[in-house]
Formats: sequence, C-alpha cells, structure tokens
Amino acid sequence: MSTNDSMNTSLYAAREPIFPRRVSGTFRRLKWWIMGVTLAIYYLTPWIRWDRGPNLPDQAVLVDLANRRFYFFWIEIWPHEFYFVAGLLVMAGLGLFLFTAALGRVWCGYACPQTVWTDLFLLVERWVEGDRNARLRLHKQPWSAMKARLRLTKWTLWVLIGIATGGAWVFYFADAPTLARDLATFAAPPVAYFSIAILTFTTVVFGGFMREQVCIYMCPWPRIQGAMMDEDTLTVAYREWRGEPRGKGLRRRKEAASATSETTVTRAAGPQIGGRSPALKMPGIPDTAGGTLPLDGPGDCIDCNACVNVCPMGIDIRDGQQMACITCALCIDACDEVMEKVGKDRGLIDYIALSDAPRERAGEKPRSLWVHILRARNILYTVLWAGIGFGLVFLLFIRPEIELTVAPVRNPTFVTMSDGTVRNAYDVRILNKHGEERVFLVAPGFGQDLALEIEGRSGNTVSVPADTQALTRVYVMAGPENEIAEGDRTEIRLWVEDLMSGERAYSETTFTGRGSQ
Amino acid sequence: MSVKKKDDVTGTETTGHDWDGITELNTPLPRWWLWTFYATIVWGVIYTILYPAWPLVSTASAGVLGWSTRAEVAEQIAEAEAANADIRAELISTELAAISEDDALQNYAINAGAAVFRTNCSQCHGQGAQGAKGYPNLLDDAWLWGGTIEDIAYTVRHGIRNEDDPDARYSQMPAFGDILAEQEIATLVAHVQTLDEGADPLEGEGGQLYADNCASCHGEDAKGMRELGAPNLTDAIWLYGDSDADLTTTIANARFGVMPAWGPPRLSEDEVKAVAAYVHQLGGGEASAPAE
Repeated sequence: MSTNDSMNTSLYAAREPIFPRRVSGTFRRLKWWIMGVTLAIYYLTPWIRWDRGPNLPDQAVLVDLANRRFYFFWIEIWPHEFYFVAGLLVMAGLGLFLFTAALGRVWCGYACPQTVWTDLFLLVERWVEGDRNARLRLHKQPWSAMKARLRLTKWTLWVLIGIATGGAWVFYFADAPTLARDLATFAAPPVAYFSIAILTFTTVVFGGFMREQVCIYMCPWPRIQGAMMDEDTLTVAYREWRGEPRGKGLRRRKEAASATSETTVTRAAGPQIGGRSPALKMPGIPDTAGGTLPLDGPGDCIDCNACVNVCPMGIDIRDGQQMACITCALCIDACDEVMEKVGKDRGLIDYIALSDAPRERAGEKPRSLWVHILRARNILYTVLWAGIGFGLVFLLFIRPEIELTVAPVRNPTFVTMSDGTVRNAYDVRILNKHGEERVFLVAPGFGQDLALEIEGRSGNTVSVPADTQALTRVYVMAGPENEIAEGDRTEIRLWVEDLMSGERAYSETTFTGRGSQ
Repeated sequence: MSVKKKDDVTGTETTGHDWDGITELNTPLPRWWLWTFYATIVWGVIYTILYPAWPLVSTASAGVLGWSTRAEVAEQIAEAEAANADIRAELISTELAAISEDDALQNYAINAGAAVFRTNCSQCHGQGAQGAKGYPNLLDDAWLWGGTIEDIAYTVRHGIRNEDDPDARYSQMPAFGDILAEQEIATLVAHVQTLDEGADPLEGEGGQLYADNCASCHGEDAKGMRELGAPNLTDAIWLYGDSDADLTTTIANARFGVMPAWGPPRLSEDEVKAVAAYVHQLGGGEASAPAE
C-alpha cells in the first residue's frame, strides 16, 4: 500500500488557548522587577532632559532623523560615526551569545519585549477576568452581557497599553513635550499618528492574541539558540530521576505499596498541546523512552500539573528540553510551592546543567554553578564583548571636535590664471561639533609658498554654525615661478584652526600643476 | 513508498520519509499562518488591479488608480516649481550686483544657474566650465568682454557674433594673411611670443608691425580692449593656443568665435540671471563698477 495515511490528518492546527495561572515565588518576583524596570526605561527615557546649550535639543535620548543626529546623554553621534551604533549592535549580539551559552534562553524568559508585554497583558487579563479557572470558564461560556462586558473592558485596556507603547516610541524621534502637545491638539505630523497606529496594532495583536505563537513560529531566535547552548548551559529542567514515576492521591499510595506495576510509568511522551512542543533529546540525558525508569517506588512528582498550569507557553517541562520553552522559570516557582506543601525538597524543577544529570542520577551532588558559568566559551564571549566595549569607549574619547575633509575639484584639475599662476580648487567640508558657531582659519601647509583664497570671501576664515558642517570652495594658488605650478602632482596639506579654542586639524590632498598635461 | 509512522520520542506523526534513518516530523502548521498566506494572495491580486502590473503586448495594464512613476515625478517637479516661484520673482526683481548680498538668493541662483549651465552651456564650455580650444575657460580671471556679473549677463543674453541678435557683442579681426607677407607674419608671431615676458610691444621690427596693424584693437600696451573683445596679449591665457603655428593661423586667417543669444525666450529672465550668478562665482568674477 502506498497510501499515505498522514494525509488524513489535518495539515494545520488551530491555536489552543492558554490560561496561565497566577504564581508567586522568587522568579516571579524577579520577573515583576525586571518588567517594572524595563517598562519604566521604555516609557520614561524620552522625558529625561539634558542641557546641551541653546542650539541643540535638550532631550537626553533623541534620534533626530531630520538633522541626522543621535543624542545619548553626553554623546552625540553624526552619521559618519555610525560605527558606534554598529559596535553596540555587535556587543548586543555577543551579549546574547554569552547569556544563551551561560543561562539558556534567559533573554526570552525575562527581558524580551514580547515576554514583558505579554506578561503585562496577562496581568490585565487576570485583573479583569480572574485567574486561570475563571478565565477557562469564561472562555467556554456562550456570549452573554457579562462576557461581553469583561472582554470589552480587557480589550479596551489592552488598546490603551498599545497606544501608550506606540506613543512612547515616537517620542524617541522628536522633542517629547512638544510632540505630546501636538499629538493632543492633532497638530503632529501624520507619520507620528501612523507609527502609533501600527505599534498599537502590533502590540495588541502580539501581546494580547498571538503571545506564544510569536515565540514558536515567528521568532528566529529559538532556532539559533539551539546552536548556542551546550550541556553545561544552565536551563530550566525537570529532575525526572527524582520525580518519576509520578502519580497522585490514592493511586499514588497504592503504587507505593506495590511498586512493580507497569502502569506507573506515566512519563509523558508526546506533544501535549496543539501538536506542538515535542520533547527533544539533549546530550547528557540517557534515553528514557525505553522504559528504563526505576520502578521501585513513586517519585516526588505528585502530577498536580501546577507547572503546566502556570506556563505561558502551554508546555509541560516534564517532557524535557523543548523549543517552545522560553525558560521563564515560573514552573520552578509553582513546583517549589507544591513541594513545600507536601513536605518535600524544593528543586524538582530547577535550573540544571544537563551535564549534571548523570551525576545526580548516580546520587552525587551537582557541580558548582561557577564550573558551568566559568567555562572557556563564556570567557571568550566576555572577552570579545568587553574588548569591543573598551574599543568604543576609547574611540569616544579620542574623537576630535573638529574635522575636515578635502575633495580636490577634478573638472578641471587646475586653472591657469592670466599672470601664469596655477590655481587648484578644493571642496572643503569643516565639521563643527560644538554647540556654538565657530570661526575657522583655513591655511595651506608651510614651506610650499602657496596662497589661499576662499570663494565669496575676502579673508581666509569660514564661520561654521553650531553642530553643522559647512561646505566651502577653497582656491590654492601657486605662483608662476613656483615649481609646484610647473610640476605634475604635489602632496600638500590644508589646515583649519578653530580661532576660539586653537584646535587644529589638517587633511592631506594633492595639488595638480601644469606638468600633469 | 511512505508509511504512516509515529516518532518514538515525541509521539508525533512523521512524514513517512526515511533518509538513512533520519525521519522528519509532520508537525502541523499553525492555522493563522495559512490565513496570513491567503491574505497575502488577496493583497497581491488587489494590488495588481490597483497598480500597473500585468504585462500586455507593448505596455502593461494601467491599474484603476491611474498611478505612474512619471505622473509622480511630474507632480514633484510642479511642487518644486511652485515652491520656487517666490524666489524666482525675487531674483527677477533684484539687481544683478545685489544678488550675492542675499545668502538665500545667492544660494538659489548658484544652484539653479548650475543646472542651467549643465543643460545649455556645458556643450561648449565643458561640464566644469573649463572651456576648450576656442571656447573660453570661465574659471580664470581673463575675460574678453568683461567679467562683472553685468558683463556676463549681457553676453549670455545677447551672445557673440551672431546674426540673430542686433545687440550681440560683435567684433572681427581681419585676416592678415591677405595684408601682410608671410615673413612679416612670422616676425609678428615671434614678437607676440615675447609680450608675456614683459617685452615692450612697440619695440623693434615686430613692434613696428604691431603698432601698424594690431595696436588699434589690442592697445599700445597689448593688454587688449574689452569694448572690442580684443584679448590681452601679455597674459598667460591663449584661447586658440600659444604655439607659433597657432599664432600664425590666428594672425593669417583670424578667428571668429560665435555664441548664440540665450536671452528670452530661450532662457527665462530668472535663468539668465541665475546662470550669470553661477558663472560669476566660478573663480574669476570681477566686482561690479560702483553705481553712478
């Protein structure tokens, strides 16, 4: 038979709604703190003021696209200094590598905006509709006035959060108080409203409705992270050697009496929800699917499903490491709470390095945390990360306040004047990064007997307004008797001097003489 | 041949294909993904109806919105023209010498003038205004007919030696090949070659020939005469070349450089002023005479 029976099963799976239960504990507290801090940074940063003098914006963090400037407290980045941003992105990448190699998907579980906002949306959902059981009931109920009221309340709050999220985003790109006033009086540019609308939409859809679907199907990071982790990575795992065989209540006690029944092997083996989250075998763990588990008594797991009920991803951590797990550690809190109630040791679900699993099975203690953290790979990531960081800081301090670039005008390369003088023209751009107008003296290098004139000016000075670059056409002349005038091409220097501070900068360029023809 | 199989570890159905013991899980796609896929198809179809898309024999379907890149460019050009209307009117009403006093006006004039120059003037005077043999270099400080912005604007407006404009600048050097003997021309050439080294134009045999034939236009000091467009013979700039052969040709046959008149309707009033301002600031412009 060549019939493929799998054709009979659906190729597509509908999303199974997830109703995570409230939980309290160490990791939940940590997550509340991280949520509070990250959201505060996001919403409040644009409102921090920073005095830069009369000519520059006084917003601490500002991406000024129109004027092509990026302000970050005392640092100002011009477009040609974009390598600072590139360096920060490289650092962000290496930082993710480091955290993933050391602590698994710690970014996903604690700090990723998708996680933080989903957490916030769940908080609202729980506040409006109640905890897991109430929400489950409401979900199964047919539509009624009460259900409509609760849903509308929840969605309204979500949309408000979404608007606040999109609203905060646009403040990074313009002066926040001015833009806030303009937004309120409908005088803001359309692009501001448009950006807010798009971000409101994505925030509500991703945080309210798609949630774990974003992590499982849309985000590339879970796939990449598989390659970043190894057996020494600390990750959320279930101590199955301690927990199995699981069981509860009467059955549990009965099985404790006659601990040989085959039925006690109830280790879940398969996707639990929506056909997703297959348990993946990881290095360091012996294959347990063959029924090699100890059958000499019930394990610590009372199969209360607390870990499953609190999971925002809707998975069962007892299936082992799996792609859908974002290691938010809420199952650790839930399990610890239960273990304390039933009088057993905490840590049935815990941060464990998989390389410790065989040791623990053999009854030994796991190795120290630092053995896992301080390994060559993590140290290498840290050194690279810090190296780039120090490099950027160093560059930041040696950055000149004035710069010039000189482009010889090549069409034509030189002009002969009526008295035989040879004149070259240069497009000189002088960058003034100061917060006030500066006057620059332009001069040719010494010892070559060159004269210099500036187009449209009688003197040799150029005034450059605050925080801008000025383009000036400069003429350099070599008299008829000068060998440079008769020669081919000669290296020369153009100097600029800030007449206020005395800072000087120069640029090497070429003078073309009659001999080039 | 594929057989329905379940993966032992996950319990998920496999695709049934087996490559050296490696099987692929047949995990179902999320349904919202399917709807997103359909939505993109619908979007694509609507897009091709609204915008130009379907290839036809010699063109493409126009799209019901009637949008085209050309129409968009035309709109943008019209917008730019409208935005410049005020400054053009200002340029027309401003005296030539006063343009450079207003930074915004000068900036507009230079940029607009550069565009006019590239389109209309660069064919002869070169993209960089450096000229060529017979076509004056506009970057230097030598001007046949004057280098103030008023002189430049007049030359642009009326041209040189063209029959179409009665106000065109006009002069003609005689072809001395008919008047002087070959030997005399050779003497004159040798004499003229010494002028840029500071020799007295009226001295010696060549000086006599010069005084009789050339000084009436080029001046007794050989520094030329702008009213007649007669070039300065003592400077380093030679429009038609400074070799003996070039000078012999110039003296024997004379030269007759022509420039068309560019005044309205060819260029508009503001374009004439803009291109004059542009040429004037290229490095050789002279200050205007003070107003009387």
